[in-house]
Amino acid sequence: MEQAPLDPERQLPPAPLEPLGRSDAGLEATGGEEAEGSRDAGSGVDTMTENNFWLKKIEISVSEAEKRTGRNAMNMQETYTAYLVETRSVEHADGQSVLTDSLWRRYSEFELLRNYLLVYYPHIVVPPLPEKRAEFVWHKLSADNMDPDFVERRRIGLENFLLRIASHPILCRDKIFYLFLTQTNYFFQADSRLKALNATFRVKNPDKRFTELKHYSDELQSVISHLLRVRARVADRLYGVYKVHGNYGRVFSEWSAIEKEMGDGLQSAGHHMDVYASSIDDILEDEEHYADQLKEYLFYAEALRAVCRKHELMQYDLEMAAQDLASKKQQCEELATGTVRTFSLKGMTTKLFGQEAPEQREARIKVLEEQINEGEQQLKSKNLEGREFVKNAWADIERFKEQKNRDLKEALISYAVMQISMCKKGIQVWTNAKECFSKM
Amino acid sequence: MDMNSFSPMMPTSPLSMINQIKFEDEPDVKDLFITVDEPESHVTTIETFITYRIITKTSRGEFDSSEFEVRRRYQDFLWLKGKLEEAHPTLIIPPLPEKFIVKGMVERFNEDFIETRRKALHKFLNRIADHPTLTFNEDFKVFLTAQAWELSSHKKQGPGLLSRMGQTVRAVASSMRGVKSRPEEFMEMNTFIEMFSQKVNLIDKISQRIYKEEREYFDEMKEYGPIYILWSASEDDLVDILKDVSSCIDRCCKATEKRMAGLSEALLPVVHEYVLYSEMLMGVMKRRDQIQAELESRLEALTYKKADTDLLTEEIGKLEDKVECANNALKADWERWKLNMQNDLKSAFTDVAEENIHYYEQVSQTEEYLINLDSDLFLREDLDNNF
Repeated sequence: MEQAPLDPERQLPPAPLEPLGRSDAGLEATGGEEAEGSRDAGSGVDTMTENNFWLKKIEISVSEAEKRTGRNAMNMQETYTAYLVETRSVEHADGQSVLTDSLWRRYSEFELLRNYLLVYYPHIVVPPLPEKRAEFVWHKLSADNMDPDFVERRRIGLENFLLRIASHPILCRDKIFYLFLTQTNYFFQADSRLKALNATFRVKNPDKRFTELKHYSDELQSVISHLLRVRARVADRLYGVYKVHGNYGRVFSEWSAIEKEMGDGLQSAGHHMDVYASSIDDILEDEEHYADQLKEYLFYAEALRAVCRKHELMQYDLEMAAQDLASKKQQCEELATGTVRTFSLKGMTTKLFGQEAPEQREARIKVLEEQINEGEQQLKSKNLEGREFVKNAWADIERFKEQKNRDLKEALISYAVMQISMCKKGIQVWTNAKECFSKM
Repeated sequence: MDMNSFSPMMPTSPLSMINQIKFEDEPDVKDLFITVDEPESHVTTIETFITYRIITKTSRGEFDSSEFEVRRRYQDFLWLKGKLEEAHPTLIIPPLPEKFIVKGMVERFNEDFIETRRKALHKFLNRIADHPTLTFNEDFKVFLTAQAWELSSHKKQGPGLLSRMGQTVRAVASSMRGVKSRPEEFMEMNTFIEMFSQKVNLIDKISQRIYKEEREYFDEMKEYGPIYILWSASEDDLVDILKDVSSCIDRCCKATEKRMAGLSEALLPVVHEYVLYSEMLMGVMKRRDQIQAELESRLEALTYKKADTDLLTEEIGKLEDKVECANNALKADWERWKLNMQNDLKSAFTDVAEENIHYYEQVSQTEEYLINLDSDLFLREDLDNNF
């Protein structure tokens, strides 16, 4: 059985609950003029109040993408894409916006930001990033991360990610988020707690709601992956149908050369076939947008699972602490009364080698009593922590559910709208072609 | 002049018609109706083959009765075609469906193959029936009316094997020599036929490919719709819209199926028939050339006084008539064929365009229905950075 990876001494800082609450303490961030990791919330660290971060309306955009080359940690040349993150503040009165901050970030920095949020807001369903590598591609799209279409879609995805954080009632107040948008020289160190999220362990009494949620997130992930895979294949096939029609264009044109009466009709019909064949490129590009919307929720499933995990972690921790306390109490009782109810090595050795001296026994009882006291305190606070967590997590999950329902409905409806637009194009082209054919 | 390929000419003497360059307007009086159906498998100790039922209804006097029912096999059709080619070497005889399909492992007795062949055989006989000259051919009449044993005995008649062989040898010999000077209009015709053959073969390939791609698209779509249903099982609030999307996709599937069927009925057989026609045409050109070559060889013989001059002159006279008849027949039939070709292909492609329009209209309706159904359930909320 694996140990709960949490250090029982160090508790996670409680997430801010009310609006102008203290932003994150206990983080390991260095950079610029920031002081060494402000562990205590109360030590005069820059909070967001001073920057009036949330009193003004702000607009965030990821406006550009640029290819860069540089040296990586192993001093090897690498090519990567950097994205321009711009923040504008909007004056209330006239709605005009002023550029306040602008800096370049690469994908790995977004990842660091997200990992940080995952650790410090374990009860929040943290918005996902767009995919690291192109997946679920159909043949026309390349799986190359430098491909301009992929970069463009990723730019939109990164902007979406930042907007989601900015519109989250709790995450938007995070100081590191603020620094991400405004300060170029800063970086995190990966937190060991991140690894905790991936540990496996068994919980005796999990909250039923979290078990259901985990089950749901598994199903969501599975069904969306399947959907995306088949959609990619459907796109492939549709591409084939359209493109083959383009061959008509060429042949009709050649044929029209030998026909006197049919020539004109054939020629123009051929032109329409070319138009038809090339229309599929735009159609499928639009459809990628739908795929991206689904992908976001595919990755959200992972975020949901992370929250469930965190709950399991805490529950496990709680159960271990309770167990530990119970066994200590029992030991104490046994020592005090001299009876051995359960088999223990100590008990056996006592029998074998004789009882220990009364002073020793007294000392041990005293130590145990202290430990029991401490244990009871800890159990109490762990219980409290656990309940707080469940309450906060569930609040965010409800928020997430509403967001998901809204977003997915919108995605499905705009998918239908896309299909209709595709049909209208098709009707147009074939009506034109039909006219040409009938003039032949 | 809009010549419908199924309207026959007024019955006049076949010979007089051959001398006309263009046929006059054909009245819409069809007096010979033929259907080919009911393929049946026959098993004997030696072989297995398929026969087709042929029903003929006619009001023509030269037929003994007004209705006939016979059974014929592919071999019989081949025989008929051979006889027609023999009797009218420079007329454009309708093509027969292929003996085998080389590419693709299609068995001779596969259902689709038989059905395709049946339709093509039906077309073959009807095209003959509508041809102003061929419709009165004696062998054609026998084919449509004779019982099995009558047909067998009829087949055995005609020029004996040896004389037929002699004809063939002479024909081959003269064709080896080639034609000295093909008249201009036939040069043009030949060029056209070569180009046309190339293009129509390409169109055949492209059309077959489109059908294949549509089929594969249909297969994938069939799998796509049910996934939304699966998803709806784990969502409480999205059940309705997901189910609606799924049924949308299913309806798309059905529309695709219909479009495929349209393609397979309206376009593919027509284009393929013209692929076979283009082969046929090349054969016709060869035969015309052969007849001219025969004349030329005789003329040559006369020049070098190789044989009895009187006999030769008589022969040459006959051959000159033959060449003139052949050329005129071909010219007239060529115009008719071209017109039919234009109409057939025009109408086939127009049908395909119609099918596609219909397909997109159906799909579009389906999607619009979905939007109307679900958009009132959908509320837009402001997601900007307002606190």
